[in-house]
Amino acid sequence: MAELSSNLLMIAFILYLSAIPFFGGAIRQKNISKTEKPLKIWATVAIFLTMTGFAAHLGYFITRWLAAGHAPVSNLFEFITFFGLCTVGAFILIHFLYRTPVLGLAVLPVVLIIIAYAGMFSRDISPLIPPLQTYWLQIHVITVALGQAILAISFAAALIFLVKKVDQTRRNKSNVWLEVVLFLMLSVVGFIVVSVLFNAFHYSAVFQWTNQFGAEESVEYGMPPLIGPNEGQLVKGQFEPFLEAPAIIDAKKLNTVIWSLSTGIILYILTRFIFRKRIGAALKPLTGNINEDLADEISYRSVLIGFPVFTLGALVFGMIWAQIAWSRFWGWDPKEVWALITWLFYAAFLHLRLSKGWHGERSAWLAVIGFAIIMFNLVAVNLVIKGLHSYAGA
Amino acid sequence: MERIKCGCGHVNPHGTLLCEACGRSLTGTGAPELLDMRYEGSARRSQTYNKTFIDKVWNFFSSVKVGIWLIVITLIASGIGTIFPQKMYIPQFVPASEFYEQKYGWPGKLYYILGFHELYSQWWYMILIALIGVSLVVCSLDRAVPLFRALKAQRVDRHESFMKGQRIFGITKGENFDEAVKAVKRNLKKKRYRIREENHAILAEKGRFSRWGPYVNHIGLIIFLFGAMLRFFPGMYVDEVIDIKEGERKEIPGTDGEYYLENKQFILEVYDEKENEAFSEALKKTGDVAKNYQTDVVLYKRKGERVPGAEAGLIKEKEYSIQVNNPLKFDQYAIYQMDFKTVLSAMNFVLVEKETNEPLGEINISLDNPKMRYNLGNGYTVEILKYYPDFDLDDEGLPVTLSRDPNNPAFVFEMYTPDKPEGEISLVAIQQTVEPVGENKYKMQFAGIETKTVSILALRKDLTLWIFALGGLIFLIGLSLGSYWNHRRIWIQQRGPDIWLAAHTNKNWYGLKRELQTVLAGTGINEPEDRNEKKGK
Ligand code: HEM
Repeated sequence: MAELSSNLLMIAFILYLSAIPFFGGAIRQKNISKTEKPLKIWATVAIFLTMTGFAAHLGYFITRWLAAGHAPVSNLFEFITFFGLCTVGAFILIHFLYRTPVLGLAVLPVVLIIIAYAGMFSRDISPLIPPLQTYWLQIHVITVALGQAILAISFAAALIFLVKKVDQTRRNKSNVWLEVVLFLMLSVVGFIVVSVLFNAFHYSAVFQWTNQFGAEESVEYGMPPLIGPNEGQLVKGQFEPFLEAPAIIDAKKLNTVIWSLSTGIILYILTRFIFRKRIGAALKPLTGNINEDLADEISYRSVLIGFPVFTLGALVFGMIWAQIAWSRFWGWDPKEVWALITWLFYAAFLHLRLSKGWHGERSAWLAVIGFAIIMFNLVAVNLVIKGLHSYAGA
Repeated sequence: MERIKCGCGHVNPHGTLLCEACGRSLTGTGAPELLDMRYEGSARRSQTYNKTFIDKVWNFFSSVKVGIWLIVITLIASGIGTIFPQKMYIPQFVPASEFYEQKYGWPGKLYYILGFHELYSQWWYMILIALIGVSLVVCSLDRAVPLFRALKAQRVDRHESFMKGQRIFGITKGENFDEAVKAVKRNLKKKRYRIREENHAILAEKGRFSRWGPYVNHIGLIIFLFGAMLRFFPGMYVDEVIDIKEGERKEIPGTDGEYYLENKQFILEVYDEKENEAFSEALKKTGDVAKNYQTDVVLYKRKGERVPGAEAGLIKEKEYSIQVNNPLKFDQYAIYQMDFKTVLSAMNFVLVEKETNEPLGEINISLDNPKMRYNLGNGYTVEILKYYPDFDLDDEGLPVTLSRDPNNPAFVFEMYTPDKPEGEISLVAIQQTVEPVGENKYKMQFAGIETKTVSILALRKDLTLWIFALGGLIFLIGLSLGSYWNHRRIWIQQRGPDIWLAAHTNKNWYGLKRELQTVLAGTGINEPEDRNEKKGK
């Protein structure tokens, strides 16, 4: 069963990947001819592939549930894959509301990155520790992921809006920030690339080091150490680090971040080299046919649909569960606080839009920042700021 | 206060911008190209008065800009509070004043000095939340009341300038549209619009209730904040920690001696690989994974009045297995499984003659309630002169105990033996023996320990929970009303031979336009244009 589950996920990944060129075809077609038919065929194939992929992805989820005996949302790999599933689901929903293939062109690559990113964490099926043994785990996490996925669609639509709207003729603040966003997305790809690479070579280096309390600890690196731990002694492995981090910084994580960003830079330079213009500028023609107002509305609408779902899942269900498991519905745990921050942020977004008339570009930037906060909560808070929510062994 | 009478005869409150009934501009400046429809041009207090101090305070709090600033400041402060762990999550054995600096260097010290280590109970953080609450109330009152007045007073045949001022507006020139209008009405009914008609004018409206959404959700938030405030009143909220050993029975704190709890046993189970082979990989890597934390307890209730000094008569109420996610509930209380720890419960010593190492008898000392005298027979007796449960030496090198918990027990023994009938004294702590009054012939040799598990339980009484639940529920209902429904209105007027059509929605214009498409399809009435879109191009 666990085997079947992994295979289904693989199939879903391939189907999503193969849907992308068809979405590309769907938006290109319109440029060439004005006839409706061929356009529809490309788009139909694309959405068909996406939905088949979604079915396989759902199959992964169900079979893994059966194998584990509990909903597979209990560690980082499972949660992120499920988040990817929800994102595709939300996309399919929005697609049938607005029918804009270019949205698929933005969402599916993001989903591929998400699934690949999930694969970097331990894929073992792990048993549930006592606080997780309740149906509130499923209710809470599933609703949260759904809400965040709908908000992710808002990000994708905002990205389309920005690519289309931002002036690329001359360097300006907007197109530089857009490049920053695209660069960060490339860095996630960079993280995946280096992880897969060093994993394939079974790279490992072990250090003996001294922590801030003066105690000896040992740490294993999965990537060559550019930055070593405080007073680190290489016990196993080849390369000596160039620099040493102070004791209060987690050198291993810093090292991974540096590897990811460096690879991101290389990928970025490579892309610039191929297109010979800003990535934003290279993507711009793809958005030729989309109506700006529509992209803006999809982005806003997704926030409007996603915000209540997020509130229900993250705050309301989260509080109910916390009350049952930990005797208090709110404990200022970092993950909780970041859910609150996300919520406050989107509340501010809605008010700015409604009262201050922040439409169009400003609204799109807010959607980007909102998604950045969600990702921060998912990635940084889980891995860096350890609290009650940090999934054990992730 | 002075009122404004519109040309159509309707009397509007002071400060009205667009006549509540017909929509004509009352400001005398002439209608701008597109009307601001957000609050129907109604008279809002904050936009009308700005004289007295109260006006100024009201205007300050009714500004959404101020509201957004409050939200953003709270958001940023909350974020800073997660940079380093809060005080409640740091190890308890290090004082906070040292912990932050030691672990995080000078930024940690600054964090501590500025009070971010207990951010969420700082006075200024609470004031921020309170200000948001005030802002919510004022803001909602300022808008909700006039908005609903205006929506109630609206007439069907709006003024020409009102029609022309709508974002979606179009004129279809032609002759007899009676049939077309009938068809449109039919279509609108199918789309569940409520239709009103007056003098060749039609108003089709749906989803007006969704305008209540934001105000309902704000009420929910206010109730929620009110609940948080109630917690500061005594008796509404009890939060106690109960450490209870296996086999122990004690009064439950915070219940005024009414309830007693007995810990029968603590159970810790770990996962077994054989249970589900899907887990075997994970278990191989991480080692043991806890499966169950459970304290089996018996709850007793006191019988009759409490008598000081006398052991209360107890009636057994309930036996229960408290687990994580499965608290014991009784009366208004709930007891949760939080944690456990293992503590020393007893120590064994053997009296030996140092030279021959001959054992002369063993004693077992209960660390909670030690017996002071042990008779080993054959004339050997041991007495405990002093007991230090948590042994340490003070500045002058004298033995002291740091607490009453047996963390590091030490004893001063006096050993009476047939050949030393006056007794020998020695101080025995873990891994050290001191003989304060000269060399002894006998010693107390350490012979092992016994441990017990202490369940760490939490007792809660929270009479405010239902208020939070109510607030949350109302918030969600309001949020859904405002998010998943829109308020759409379509005005159709027959003006001479022409048909005028205008439409408005509070959000989701694309949806409104699509709906207009279907409603107008095949009727001969043109789709109106979206003047925003034209402007944008
Ligand atoms: C964390 C606190 C808050 C939350 C979660 C919240 C939530 C909301 C939501 C969801 C809406 C509807 C937005 C939309 O439909 O696009 C809304 C509208 C609104 N909120 Fe808040 N709000 C909060 C605080 C405030 C504060 C402090 C103020 C006062 C300054 C305020 C004033 C308003 C106003 C004026 C509206 C528009 C109502 C309308 O035009 O119909 N809100 N709020």
